[in-house]
Amino acid sequence: MSAWLSPQHLAAAAFVLVVALTILGAVIAVAARKIFHNVLGLALALFGVSGLFVYLNSPFVALMEILIYVGAICIAICFAVMLSEPQYLPRPPRNPLKIQAALAGALAVFIFLGMLLKKTTWVPAPERSSDWSVITLGHYLLTTYSLIFELISLLLLVAMLGAMVTARGGRSRGALKR
Amino acid sequence: MLLFDQLQTYLYLALVLFAIGLYGVLARRNLIAVLISVELMLNAASINFMAFNRFLAPHPAVGQIFTLFIMAVAAAEAAIALSIIIAVYRKLQTVNIDQATELRG
Repeated sequence: MSAWLSPQHLAAAAFVLVVALTILGAVIAVAARKIFHNVLGLALALFGVSGLFVYLNSPFVALMEILIYVGAICIAICFAVMLSEPQYLPRPPRNPLKIQAALAGALAVFIFLGMLLKKTTWVPAPERSSDWSVITLGHYLLTTYSLIFELISLLLLVAMLGAMVTARGGRSRGALKR
Repeated sequence: MLLFDQLQTYLYLALVLFAIGLYGVLARRNLIAVLISVELMLNAASINFMAFNRFLAPHPAVGQIFTLFIMAVAAAEAAIALSIIIAVYRKLQTVNIDQATELRG
């Protein structure tokens, strides 16, 4: 009993749970018929991915994942779902040929990359720093990577303005009464 | 060797996530569902970056910074894509990619 409750066993069990959540969420996000269930599945998968980031030694990125993906992107997608097609309308049936073709394509890529992954041997860097602190991350963002940091800020600003301009089109009075 | 201490585990997991996302992009016809699938593929790429960062990279800050940049670009991409989807719905009254075919000759 005590052997099963050792920290390593608990960590392994939690890892299996996180992996199962991720894959289950991804399958729901892709396969569910209702678009709102897809969004919920995406949120589940993103929670799983953030758990993986915790296992990869960086809780900061895990928190950012929850904050940005679950907190911002999923909510934005929910708004888009509400602002677009009504959910009660009958949907056209799925085309089985297209489903099979997509399955074959995805499976081909999966097998190719899997074989590639099996063949490759990964060589770690000879000298590896063990400095995982968030402070170092902040220093890097404001010194070595400051140009990319500024570019990303500019990109977000432009994307925000572009989104407003694009979504505003056709919102004049009577445009929806066509 | 524990399962979560191996690079291969994370790479295979990212591969599974990527394949699921690719299937979604190819099979779904709702524009929003396609966007959701693209987000899954982006997350698979993030997992790869973080795994290489954890097991191979000389300095552990670099992969985390890459992942943060991927998230920022994904947020920008989602904002633009959703606004385009709303604009398309206003114009054509549909978000189905088979029906929204204005450019067809």
